Amino acid sequence: MTDPRRDMISPAVAAERVATGLAARRNREKRFQLYGRIAIGIALAFLVTLFVSIFSKGIPGFFQHYVTLEVTLDREKLDPTGDFSVQSLYDGDARGVIRAALYEATGASGRSGRKAAGKLISQGAEQRLRKAVLADPSILDTTQTMTFAVDDDVDSFLRGFIKRETPEKDRRINDKAIGYIDTLVEKGLISFKFSDYLVFGSASRNAEMAGIFGALIGSILTLAVCLVLSFPIGVATAVYLEEFAPKNRITEIIEININNLAAVPSVVFGILGLAIFIGVFGMPRSIPLIGGVVLALMTLPTIIISSRAAIRAVPPSIRDAALGVGASRVQTMLHHVVPLAMPGMLTGTIIGMAQALGETAPLLMIGMVAFIVDVPGSVTDPGTVLPVQIFMWADFAERMFILKTSAAIMVLLAFLIVMNAAAIFIRKKLERRW
Amino acid sequence: MDTQVMNIIEQTANLEHANIPDETVGDVYVDRPRMTARNVNVFYGDKKAIDNVTLDIAEKQVISFIGPSGCGKSTFLRCLNRMNDTIDICRIEGEIAMDGKNIYAPDVDVVPLRARVGMVFQKPNPFPKSIYDNVAYGPRIHGIATNRAELDDIVESSLERAGLWNEVKDRLLQPGTGLSGGQQQRLCIARTIAVSPEVILMDEPCSALDPIATARIEELIAELSSEFTIVIVTHSMQQAARVSQRTAYFHLGKLVEVGDTEMVFTKPQHEMTNNYITGRFG
Ligand SMILES: Nc1ncnc2c1ncn2[C@@H]1O[C@H](COP(=O)(O)OP(=O)(O)O)[C@@H](O)[C@H]1O
Ligand SMILES: [Mg+2]
Repeated sequence: MTDPRRDMISPAVAAERVATGLAARRNREKRFQLYGRIAIGIALAFLVTLFVSIFSKGIPGFFQHYVTLEVTLDREKLDPTGDFSVQSLYDGDARGVIRAALYEATGASGRSGRKAAGKLISQGAEQRLRKAVLADPSILDTTQTMTFAVDDDVDSFLRGFIKRETPEKDRRINDKAIGYIDTLVEKGLISFKFSDYLVFGSASRNAEMAGIFGALIGSILTLAVCLVLSFPIGVATAVYLEEFAPKNRITEIIEININNLAAVPSVVFGILGLAIFIGVFGMPRSIPLIGGVVLALMTLPTIIISSRAAIRAVPPSIRDAALGVGASRVQTMLHHVVPLAMPGMLTGTIIGMAQALGETAPLLMIGMVAFIVDVPGSVTDPGTVLPVQIFMWADFAERMFILKTSAAIMVLLAFLIVMNAAAIFIRKKLERRW
Repeated sequence: MDTQVMNIIEQTANLEHANIPDETVGDVYVDRPRMTARNVNVFYGDKKAIDNVTLDIAEKQVISFIGPSGCGKSTFLRCLNRMNDTIDICRIEGEIAMDGKNIYAPDVDVVPLRARVGMVFQKPNPFPKSIYDNVAYGPRIHGIATNRAELDDIVESSLERAGLWNEVKDRLLQPGTGLSGGQQQRLCIARTIAVSPEVILMDEPCSALDPIATARIEELIAELSSEFTIVIVTHSMQQAARVSQRTAYFHLGKLVEVGDTEMVFTKPQHEMTNNYITGRFG
């Protein structure tokens, strides 16, 4: 053996050398921290810009202008057959009744005047009137104070997007109409209120009537299908691959494929869904069931990969402990490993679900972009989802659609936050790290 | 400190020079065996970790396995309740029998086997559950208790026999992982005896504990030996000398010598055993 002290540097010299390098070391540390802060600063700046732009456009999108009218609900006009059936109401002249009220309020007269006044109000007004009558027939043959949304061009004018100074031929509303709007404003009949159409309405070509309710329900149904399929399948696959699968060529190939699937562009899953579910099985297009299945295919790799990591992170000593008292492999898994891995599995599921919620491309492939007015009542009713609705609205030029697009983005974000918060809450409940 | 290090270095050198016998020195057979191992070979892949070991484990007696690190003590211990089954690359040849029945026979179910041959591990590994649930887990999955009262009794008597009852009786619903290291290990022992095993395997059960906790476990082992057959792996020869009636010395996968603890420590018959023992005792 060699003398261990042969080449030793004396403590004094060593201390001196350490001191020389110390300043440089501290500087490097400071510099590194600075880089980190700059990076966080840039990220925050982006985030703030994003939020400011979405909120500044989106919050006004939650409100729109309404006009309050004294409507004389003439039974003969509204219910011509007199049997008070839906058909009869549709045959009736709801439009005429509303217009009459409108002419009264604006003082419009003459052919061109009445034409201009008639355009002030949303087409949805008639539907609203019919609903009110159906809900409470006793209001027939009385005069009621009713509130209707104004047409989206009027709304844009009231918000100042359409300028009075613009020459009449370049404006979407003419001088006469502006005159009537001024009258209504003077009389205090115009109000700026929370938009019930946005929250409870469905797809519509009329910007003032368009809402996200249908898409929201579509998103919930689609995600429910996605979760119900991908979570159990993902967890079961992860458990099997981690704990039971023999380590051979076949499982190796399966593993590689799962990892690769995570990187496949989402639109490919849409093509797959189109080819298999719609092409081969002949299922209908545009339904949340297929949307959910396609999104489940897409989220499965994420859930499987994170679940496997979570299972691997469970200390082997827990497995030994369970096996040591005679638990079978399945019992060891179900009683100990899976519960301990559950928080990690949920994290993966949250990420997967968040991706699925924001996904548009694969759903376009299976036709969930169709114009669907009805709110889907089940997973087999045609529907659309929030991001697709946003995508469609973003295509329209009307000012109000732009506002509603931002509002819908806010709803999407809120949905995401609620979903994540719920998942984090569940995870915290399970995460009893003793 | 230095002399100790030198001793170990010397001892390792001596061990390398000595010859490993083909046959185990001492009495591998006993009159009343609880388990019998015959010509056991264990491989990890191509590597032989246990080489032709034949050994009887005597009923209601403590036997300790000693030997340098990596000599295969744990490997052999884990063969006795088939814990090695969980390691894919591990392969076992030979026969290990309990009540005349080979535990590696194809028709043997490891679940009841592990209920009869329980195990306590090196690092205390309570479940992240309450103290009660830790002890009750085994009886529950095996359906040992027929009702809640019986289960309560099992939990209480197991904790009592593990010398933990007085310390935890007021906090049975608190997490087992909140106990001190020594208490955790006694909890693990309680969990093991709760399924009424016949044999308890312990793999260096005190190596993560302080001397006082170690002393408590050693006392406990002495008490339990009247009821259970105990096999303990230990790196402390003093511990082997204190708790066991028989000692087996392993080296490089071979069982070099086995005999009464007193004989092995005072008059080792094989040179290598002698080197190992004297090396440590200085
Ligand atoms: N899971 C395993 N895979 C491969 N080799 C192992 C494994 N466990 C133990 N071994 C090897 O088997 C030999 C015996 O190990 P072990 O039984 O743990 O020794 P000891 O408990 O006596 O220290 C060592 O050489 C070790 O490297
Ligand atoms: Mg060991």
